[in-house]
Amino acid sequence: MHPHDHTPVVAADEAPGYYEIMETAVRELLVAKQVIAAGEIRRHLEVLDSRTPQLGAKLVAKAWVDPEFKKRLLANGRTACEEVGISFYENTELTVLENTEKVHNLIVCTLCSCYPREVLGLPPDWYKLTPYRSRAVKEPRAVLAEFGTVIPDNVEIRVSDSTAMIRYLVLPRRPDGTEKMTEEQLAALVTRDAMIGVVPVEFQKGRVQ
Amino acid sequence: MIAGLVKDEGDDPRFHAGDKVGISVRFPVGHYRVPHYIRGKKALVEEVVATPAIDNEAEGFGRNVGLKRHYYRVSIPLSELWPGYAGSPHDGLRIEVYENWLEGI
Repeated sequence: MHPHDHTPVVAADEAPGYYEIMETAVRELLVAKQVIAAGEIRRHLEVLDSRTPQLGAKLVAKAWVDPEFKKRLLANGRTACEEVGISFYENTELTVLENTEKVHNLIVCTLCSCYPREVLGLPPDWYKLTPYRSRAVKEPRAVLAEFGTVIPDNVEIRVSDSTAMIRYLVLPRRPDGTEKMTEEQLAALVTRDAMIGVVPVEFQKGRVQ
Repeated sequence: MIAGLVKDEGDDPRFHAGDKVGISVRFPVGHYRVPHYIRGKKALVEEVVATPAIDNEAEGFGRNVGLKRHYYRVSIPLSELWPGYAGSPHDGLRIEVYENWLEGI
């Protein structure tokens, strides 16, 4: 018996494709021409990897407990993020969309995969695939129902399609029964999908937080 | 406004919140960020987005025309986009469009 496991080493099992070769060639040229350093790419990947939905959840929970912060977040998402130390690495703005009793927001990028990566990290696969991208703007109620979210007819559904300069984040409604919870406890309730707008934030009384 | 100061073309936004606009029907070559499904549809200007954006269509051909294109958030009812839309008549789309894709109606 020996302590290490036998997970096979991941190795490329087929020849690289056209785009993989092109990416490698362009990257090597940029490094050779000293436009960028190899370390910069690694560093940026580290930056990307450090962004997760916990950042978005922190913003949402802070907005729920701090009305002044909520105002600033809704007025200018980017500067409100910078205020709490979340920097932006793309030349984009952040618009935060508040769900209310009367409006339910849903975000999509029909052209590609624009996503508030600074505060949510990488998008889920379904967000980048054609079925969600085409159907979210055409039959949002059916898409939401497939996520288990049924929105009453008297609530307006507002689908925001990111096209170029703006990224969106949904500020979900604070669930009932959470009045005495701390900001940290609230943040633990907020999921990635709630900030895309496909589900509400759920709170079950009696559940250990 | 300072008296005597002459503004350049494109300094001021052409449309304002509440204006009815049409989305152009054009099919230029190159990179642009206007999905097909909104072309030819009627929209309402909701907001002039504060930062005018670089015209990425011109930039794609190496012509960086600077921060000249105003950029607008518009709303379009889903029933305008999709005839026979089954959901609530209040359901709508919000999308940002460059000024050169908007037409006064």
